[in-house]
Amino acid sequence: MSGEEWRIVWFTAWVSLLAVACILPLGLPLAWALARREWPGKTLVETLVTMPLALPPVVTGLLLLKLLGRRGVIGRFFYEQLHIPLVFTWRAVLAALMVMSFPLLVRAARSAFENVNPRFEQMARTLGAGELRIFFTITAPLAWRGILGGMLLAFARSLGEFGATIMVAGNIPGVTATISLSIYEAVELGHDETMWRLLAVSAALAFGAVFASEWLMRRPAKGK
Amino acid sequence: MKLTLQNIALPLRDFVLELDVVLERGATAIFGPSGAGKTSLLDLIAGWREPASARITWNETLWEDAGAGVRLAPRARGIGYVAQDLALFPHLSVRENLCYGRKAGAPELFSYEHVTRVLEIEPLAERGIAQLSGGERQRVALARALLSSPQLLLLDEPLGSLDAALKGRILPYLARVREEFKVPMIYVTHDAAEARALCEEVLEMERGRVTRRVEIKDWRI
Repeated sequence: MSGEEWRIVWFTAWVSLLAVACILPLGLPLAWALARREWPGKTLVETLVTMPLALPPVVTGLLLLKLLGRRGVIGRFFYEQLHIPLVFTWRAVLAALMVMSFPLLVRAARSAFENVNPRFEQMARTLGAGELRIFFTITAPLAWRGILGGMLLAFARSLGEFGATIMVAGNIPGVTATISLSIYEAVELGHDETMWRLLAVSAALAFGAVFASEWLMRRPAKGK
Repeated sequence: MKLTLQNIALPLRDFVLELDVVLERGATAIFGPSGAGKTSLLDLIAGWREPASARITWNETLWEDAGAGVRLAPRARGIGYVAQDLALFPHLSVRENLCYGRKAGAPELFSYEHVTRVLEIEPLAERGIAQLSGGERQRVALARALLSSPQLLLLDEPLGSLDAALKGRILPYLARVREEFKVPMIYVTHDAAEARALCEEVLEMERGRVTRRVEIKDWRI
């Protein structure tokens, strides 16, 4: 592989990892709240979270473009207050990957939390533990397989993201070019060797992430 | 001890658990067939279930007043609960399970050494829960409850899942716990022999109601 191809693979891998890391602080509490609590508007939130799975990625990308652009609600704040441009930078790639992989993480983590027998949490309460301690000592350790499986699924989804990314970040060589965007470009330009090499890397990464995720999520957590 | 259960109504699947009792003895047996509502009663006392109506006080402390919307959190009730399924934490070692309910800084009623010695579980400390036999699990669950320094013990058929021989071996441990630690206990069982061995009085329950209440010495089935 050429140096440029390696750069593309690296960029895709680390921005995907970063996306998973960024959605955890919001995704896990939300998944827990969906699994363990009843609250008004729950169905609406569930629907909104899952929307990116059902919407055409191009549409999600377009919505992001409107939000993150210099005249968008979020984009204006970043540009005017912090002097950070978002669209057509790597940050826009990150945002697209976060939104697109969020539903996968939340759904997997939610079912992982639901699979933890609530008796353990009740018993921990009676033993005097507060909710935060229960989450970190009982719920999360018993759900870790499912959570990690969900993180891997989210990572795999990020690696392959195309539609939303190209809308909000474009395909700028050396700036926002991910594996999928570069494969598309290689096909367009007839660069067959680049196409095949990136395709092989992409398939290998996806296979590894999904395989590990399946393996983790198939084995029942202890204490069901 | 004085546990006052007033005006209790907890709808269950086939009937409503309804009672009005004051428990003042050191060890009270709740006796009845399965499905009589015995476990639900313990869950209610522990604060695990929300009743339609109830006023529960422990000595001078109000635990629950459904009408006034008062509900003391389970963690603040000072209860040691040995549930039927035990709910030992499967990902923690025996020692970590035992120490889960110990409160940092708070005075302990009983020491770790004392409890594990009385129940003869010291050698199990580093094991995982999956490596314990049925009788060992029962004793670990009992020890965990005691180590949380409870003011009241709820025991839900603690010998129910054991075969006759093992029951005979674990029963003396329960008697020892009663003698050594003197924590008031409510003991749910459908085995009259256990009730006789451990308790001072018995409440017979059927379909959610107390049908008879007698001193153990006067109890004839």
